[in-house]
Amino acid sequence: MRYIDEFRDPAAAVALLDEIRRVPLEGPVTFMEVCGSHTMAVSRFGIRHLLPPAVRLVSGPGCPVCVTPVRLVDHAIALARLPQVIVTTFGDLIRVPGSESSLERERAAGADVRVVYSTLDALALARKEPTRHVVFLGVGFETTAPTVAAVLLEADAAGLTNFFVLSDHKVMPPPMRALMEAPDVAVRGFLCPGHVSAIIGSDAYRFLADQYGASCVVAGFEPLDILQALLALVRQVSEGRAEVENTYGRAVTTGGNQAAQAVLDRAFVPCDAEWRGFGIIPGSGLAIRPELAHHDAAHVFDVQVPQPRETAGCRCADILRGTITPPDCPLFARSCTPVDPKGACMVSSEGTCAAYYRYERRADG
Amino acid sequence: MKAPDRVLLAHGGGGSLSGRLIREVFLSAFDNPALARLTDSAIVSLGSQSLAFTTDAYVVTPPFFPGGNIGTLAVAGTVNDLAVSGAVPRFLSCSFILEEGLLLDDLRRVVASMADTAAEAGVILATGDTKVVERGGADGIFITTAGIGELRDLPEGWLRPRPGDQVLINGSVGDHGLTVLAAREGLRFDNPLRSDCAPLNGLIEHLFAAGLRLRWMRDATRGGLAAVLNELADGHTWGVAVRAESVPVSPAARSLGEILGIDPLYVANEGKVVVVVAEDDARAALEVMRAHPLGRDAAAIGSLEEGLDGLVTVETYLGGRRILDMPLGEQLPRIC
Repeated sequence: MRYIDEFRDPAAAVALLDEIRRVPLEGPVTFMEVCGSHTMAVSRFGIRHLLPPAVRLVSGPGCPVCVTPVRLVDHAIALARLPQVIVTTFGDLIRVPGSESSLERERAAGADVRVVYSTLDALALARKEPTRHVVFLGVGFETTAPTVAAVLLEADAAGLTNFFVLSDHKVMPPPMRALMEAPDVAVRGFLCPGHVSAIIGSDAYRFLADQYGASCVVAGFEPLDILQALLALVRQVSEGRAEVENTYGRAVTTGGNQAAQAVLDRAFVPCDAEWRGFGIIPGSGLAIRPELAHHDAAHVFDVQVPQPRETAGCRCADILRGTITPPDCPLFARSCTPVDPKGACMVSSEGTCAAYYRYERRADG
Repeated sequence: MKAPDRVLLAHGGGGSLSGRLIREVFLSAFDNPALARLTDSAIVSLGSQSLAFTTDAYVVTPPFFPGGNIGTLAVAGTVNDLAVSGAVPRFLSCSFILEEGLLLDDLRRVVASMADTAAEAGVILATGDTKVVERGGADGIFITTAGIGELRDLPEGWLRPRPGDQVLINGSVGDHGLTVLAAREGLRFDNPLRSDCAPLNGLIEHLFAAGLRLRWMRDATRGGLAAVLNELADGHTWGVAVRAESVPVSPAARSLGEILGIDPLYVANEGKVVVVVAEDDARAALEVMRAHPLGRDAAAIGSLEEGLDGLVTVETYLGGRRILDMPLGEQLPRIC
């Protein structure tokens, strides 16, 4: 099929793998695929097992659901329990366990929780139900945030008083900095997230190369995209370089999408944010601007959110930092499965544990 | 979190949560040998006559979609459950739960489709019932059908699939579920998808009539091909090795699946039967299927392999294998 099959051509993939194997390396090297969609693609296409033994690919904190703290889920549940509120969300959040419950269970217990495919659907619902308060759960990175920013601005311009966003938006570069500064993380380079980069541009990673000596290669999501980027990474290591390269030129520029960045700036302001696995990372979140506070669900609704409780033994935190892989977690595939997930990395379809469970639980490839 | 204390939507998704609900709630209460096999149809005896007996409830939003409607589904689905059990479908019942305010013209269209589908399948809609509930008490129209069929003389080795057997399917997967999803969400395409909804008893009749060593058959409805193959392999020392590139997927279904992040292998079909046949008879079975209008795109998609321990695997892109897992429940659209 056009635009799919070209990027999955097996002969080209074999050639790229051969090239990767031929690049001389002095010792083992670890790269991190930051983005959850990369994790899924790597697992689905079996790429991890095809790489030479010296090249290790670990998963990072780029699944938005996975890095969302339990507190946000608890907060969303508290909002969903308010009688006037309709909580709207993308689908993969509804099964995420909070401290005591999930949005899926609240829906079964009578809360009005609706899965939407687009932020515009949430806005349309607010227009259709003027007597209800429609809250959209704003979870996601630079990829998703501009669409939320756009509906916030549209709601404001239209004078809608019943549309709100609970924002837990995050941006990618700060946790990548945190990973480079963490003493227990030994990552030599990043497979940089393609869709995030389409918004922020490949220049956003320059500090990682310049200040931390990390090789950064922006990659697309098809197998050939990923192999091409891995080849570029391996070559940088072999040649002692640490640079930003872009192998996803059909979608990503150095400066990114200026229009999307402008919309983001008008609706959000950087803030400190809590990441599962990392704690608070300075400047890593996007808060709704004070001028739009009347659309900020965290500001408007006064709800009690209890102290969140994480599942004992859950090692999502270490998995999100790439220090262990899912089979190293004592809960993985035992008490933590997609049917009964204990941690967010298992529940999200993009989560590292879900990817391993689904595709690599007993892979012999 | 503790185990859920209420029914969740995912309990109805045909995945492992559904399985748990059936075992823990229904099977433990209704315990009997006819039910315990959990096949599409129960096999029961009346005197010397062996019958297949089945029932299914149909709820679909929207009730009309390209390629069919809830009425076509209600007849074809039950006919197919009987046919894959090795029975000749004969009589169906139908019960309607109608929501106050439903357009009578819509009801007439549904009923006309049921009559057409029954005629095509050669079954008689012999009895029925109607209830009307207040507005809000149902979503337009719910239909339950039950069916009985005469069990045919089944080939030696039926229901005893074994390593080496080949797995066939009569055409492309994912079309029905993606069609309904697209209709529900108002997604429009240049190359429109159509539901594959159809009674399969004619095609299946030809397979039995050809005297092939058929081992197992199941229609790949809720949970899609992945769910059916997992049911096939579950509990055995062998498993199913699927050749992913052999599984027919229409270009439109593939595109929509890629866009929504939904794998067509996990999406419901309403006119697809998975057939397990002895290796030596696979080619002949394929020919029989391809000679039928509902099997033109039939394909051999894999085989049963010893040592897979009840798992279903697909080849990955460059020769390795990965698991094709049992679907969990509802397919959920993702954040990014």
